[in-house]
Amino acid sequence: MAEFSFTTEQQELRAAVRKFCADNFDEPTVRTLMESDVTYDPAVWLRLGSELGVLGMSVPEADGGVGGSLVDQAVAVEEFGAALGCGPLFGTVYLAIPALVACGSGPTRDELLAALVEGERTAAFAVNDSAGGFDPNVTITAAGSGDAAVLTGTAARVVDATAADVILVAAKGSDGVSLYAVDAAAVRRTPLVTMDLTRPQADVIFSDSPARLLAGPADAERVITHALQVGAALLAVEAVGAAQHMLDLSVEYSKSRLQFGRHIGSFQAIKHRLADMLVDLEHARSTAYHAVWALTDGTDDPELAVSIAQAVCSAAFSRIAADSIQVHGGIGFTWEHQAHLYFKRAATDAALLGSAESRRARVAELVLDSATVDEPPPVAVGIA
Amino acid sequence: MTTAFDADQVAKIALEVVAEHDPKQVPLPEFLGACYDAGLAWVHFPEGLGGLGTSRGLQAVADDILQGAGGPVPLGLNPMGYGMAAPTVREHAQTDEIKKFFLRPLATTEDIWCQLFSEPGAGSDLAGLATSAVLDGDDWVINGQKVWTSLAHKARWGLLLARTDVDTPKHKGLTYFILDMHAPGVETRPLRQMTGQAEFNEVYITDARIPDSHRLGAVGDGWRVAMTTLMNERSALGASGSRRGAGTISEAVQLWASRPDLHTPVLRDRLTTLWLRAEAQRLTSERSRASATAGGPGPEGSIGKMVGAELNQRIYEFCMDLLGPEGILYHGYAMHGTHRDGDWRGPIQQRYLRSRANTIEGGTSEVMRNILGERVLGLPGDLRADAGMPWKDVPRG
Repeated sequence: MAEFSFTTEQQELRAAVRKFCADNFDEPTVRTLMESDVTYDPAVWLRLGSELGVLGMSVPEADGGVGGSLVDQAVAVEEFGAALGCGPLFGTVYLAIPALVACGSGPTRDELLAALVEGERTAAFAVNDSAGGFDPNVTITAAGSGDAAVLTGTAARVVDATAADVILVAAKGSDGVSLYAVDAAAVRRTPLVTMDLTRPQADVIFSDSPARLLAGPADAERVITHALQVGAALLAVEAVGAAQHMLDLSVEYSKSRLQFGRHIGSFQAIKHRLADMLVDLEHARSTAYHAVWALTDGTDDPELAVSIAQAVCSAAFSRIAADSIQVHGGIGFTWEHQAHLYFKRAATDAALLGSAESRRARVAELVLDSATVDEPPPVAVGIA
Repeated sequence: MTTAFDADQVAKIALEVVAEHDPKQVPLPEFLGACYDAGLAWVHFPEGLGGLGTSRGLQAVADDILQGAGGPVPLGLNPMGYGMAAPTVREHAQTDEIKKFFLRPLATTEDIWCQLFSEPGAGSDLAGLATSAVLDGDDWVINGQKVWTSLAHKARWGLLLARTDVDTPKHKGLTYFILDMHAPGVETRPLRQMTGQAEFNEVYITDARIPDSHRLGAVGDGWRVAMTTLMNERSALGASGSRRGAGTISEAVQLWASRPDLHTPVLRDRLTTLWLRAEAQRLTSERSRASATAGGPGPEGSIGKMVGAELNQRIYEFCMDLLGPEGILYHGYAMHGTHRDGDWRGPIQQRYLRSRANTIEGGTSEVMRNILGERVLGLPGDLRADAGMPWKDVPRG
């Protein structure tokens, strides 16, 4: 499975997911769902899991998955990104399922993982991150131990919490930070109005909420770190899919829109902007899939690969979405045009799981601060 | 041979070459000649013409072994030869005998090549060039002036694009030739550039003669042939090192690491942004290689050329801003005697000045963006004032 080489099966998977999205996540449907109380269609979600099998593609067969790879999952996610596919992808597919895969086997974990993969249940990941990495400053507290634990505290701005059946949450007990599963019925949720209506959030309030242990203090950091890395890689891939859609839309528009008696794409001011968008998109695609491959076969340090991908993809998607509005002119600023949906998704993706700036800071630590002087270039000192 | 050579077979051939012609022991032409004869010069070329008729992706397999044993990077020794002339000759020369006549000495670097395209009056609008070729018996008689010709003073052969018809629109009146740089009437003069050096030349051509057998492609088909050359040039210019952190960015990181006294948080973030751009382009080249077929470089090579050129400039600008007042000194503008090659290992200030050419040479970044827009994204072409006009009627100046 050489890096950047997609198999025939993966190409077929891409086509199948694209068709499913065209049938189920067309623009009118996305708009209807994003403005309704339940922001996704549970029946369609169930089909994604049980029919297409694209919610937990890298889950091992022994855990009820199809035993594919993270590359497969990424191919599907890229198409979801292009369509702004509705449903708790971020909470369930990007974060909760990878976290559960990394947890040791046990009744709670096995039963929940199988239900999430099948699309029968959904999850949100109420774990704070620090610039996309594990954050040891956990404010939610756990009392009691094991499956008798109860949690108290508030998790703010939890993506997909409104749609979740189960909340995965990090809480601090007397022995350290553990990862728990809490039924949504046992918490209070305050839905928040999000800028991107297709990616809802809620504050989640735990109040002596019964919790089941997924990973104890010895494992929780490893499990959460793994989930955050996989989640960041998939979020980067989602941005690539969405950015590609925006570029396609902008290219089509500039081939059809006439001003001054010419297609606007014939003007270099437009053409060169689109060329720059293409370069940013191709760069984003390369870094996102490199991160996916690094997490798949360990050919690169996952933390560095994911940080590179997040830094590049967040910036690229934001720029491409903004430039798409500019290329479209006035129509691109209207509610009726879809550009704003993607612009808002770009702003959201850029802020989630570490900003481009915080990721750049991490890259600087990993690359620049450790650089040793081997062969500095000569500097002229004014002597001929 | 109907089955293509696979990686193992290519590796085996390369190991045999280095075993029988140790590049650390034998003269360079012998080693490179052995590579050519074994089909390792360009593995995707046909057998007998320096290739094995296999996928060009396998070139890396051969190069790793040949260069790992101490062999040179041939592209660096004969850049126009290996990067541009070879694919053009291979595709368009009139007979296999002519191809062999040119390709083997090209491969051994006994014959250095140069490219005679740009003219004082034809830069980005290359197809508007004015150098004329007039048929006289079995020869073509050439008159005109070329410019920005690197290695002309060392070259034995030049890839020449000349006008054979002034009454048709500009693209249709061009024909492609190989010019003997030693022929009477070919005069090469150094062209001094802003770094103080002269890595390029002007070439004045007065009644120089070219046999018709050294014509590449049909009369009037020169533009299409030239595209073979240019696509390969851009692909070669855009190819970046496959190792993370290699290339120009390594110079900035090395300078940064060697001068902790000059560190600021703002400069650190700026260098990180440049490093990320270089890394994203490196990965894109890798991805492009993974999906490349034996068909040759496509327009996506323009991404690498354009990004590499602009990144070079930004990296050297960073180096200058890091150095501050130390950076505005120089090592002198003497012409360094007869040594007229660009000194890529010169001081950082010279590299900074040299990088201004990166977004002009081999296709300006503006032309690159047109190519990406029109050939990759399928956008309509710009309006052209000379569309359909006979070349002789096009305003020039």
